[in-house]
Amino acid sequence: MTDPAPLSWYLVLSAVLFGLGATGVLVRRNLIVVFMAIEIMLNAVNLTFVTFARSQQNADGHAIVFFVMAVAAAEAAVGLAIILQVFRARATVNADEVTMLRW
Amino acid sequence: MSALLFLAVAALTIASALVVILHKSPVYSALGLVGTLALIAMLFLGLDAQIVGFLQIIVYAGAIVVLFLFVIMLLNLQEEPEAFAPSALVAFGLAGGIGLAAIVAIGLARAPLPTGPLRDRFGTTELLAERLFTTYLLPFELTSILLLVAIIGAVVLGKKKLP
Repeated sequence: MTDPAPLSWYLVLSAVLFGLGATGVLVRRNLIVVFMAIEIMLNAVNLTFVTFARSQQNADGHAIVFFVMAVAAAEAAVGLAIILQVFRARATVNADEVTMLRW
Repeated sequence: MSALLFLAVAALTIASALVVILHKSPVYSALGLVGTLALIAMLFLGLDAQIVGFLQIIVYAGAIVVLFLFVIMLLNLQEEPEAFAPSALVAFGLAGGIGLAAIVAIGLARAPLPTGPLRDRFGTTELLAERLFTTYLLPFELTSILLLVAIIGAVVLGKKKLP
């Protein structure tokens, strides 16, 4: 078992991680945990990019992962600030109870 | 990365991702997220992407998860009695997640994946920096504007109680 792992295994793992993240978004009610599940999905996609970059021996995949990380950092900062404001306004982070936009 | 090591890391990654989405306490979810991100960084190293692996540790495990933990601390969240959606919705969510993973896995398994001996400089900081400052110069500069906007937005949102 000292052969290198086939690259397709990495792709299958990233598909499983993406599915786990999507499941987390769908089943959890806590907005912060939903956010963490989104981060898992972003990382699963990053893993796919790096796998294809290794396969094609092309650094463009790494550059895209760099940009995804920057966007994820911006998203986390603004998103968590919004969650903080939601908590101040409604004293809850339960997604089912935040119904300000529902009529 | 040898096949045996890959299987061990993959199993641990899936286990810690399960902790994130299943644990009722958000603090444990955040710690599971640290584990997931660090293990994914190991996978990046296994794919000869050193600089991406280090960035993953610094940006994700270092900065983003600390942000999560700070917000959890500010909100003083405890274990929630009703952490999950109603069970009918959970069943739909699980079915959706498994179906999505299966579809993505099938699609990815069909992709041609040639592999070969490593070209020199692949995955190094030097090569990535070269790309960022030539091919991707405009997106790179736009990223700095994006981060500036995010900083200002976070400060404005976090400053005062909105109506």
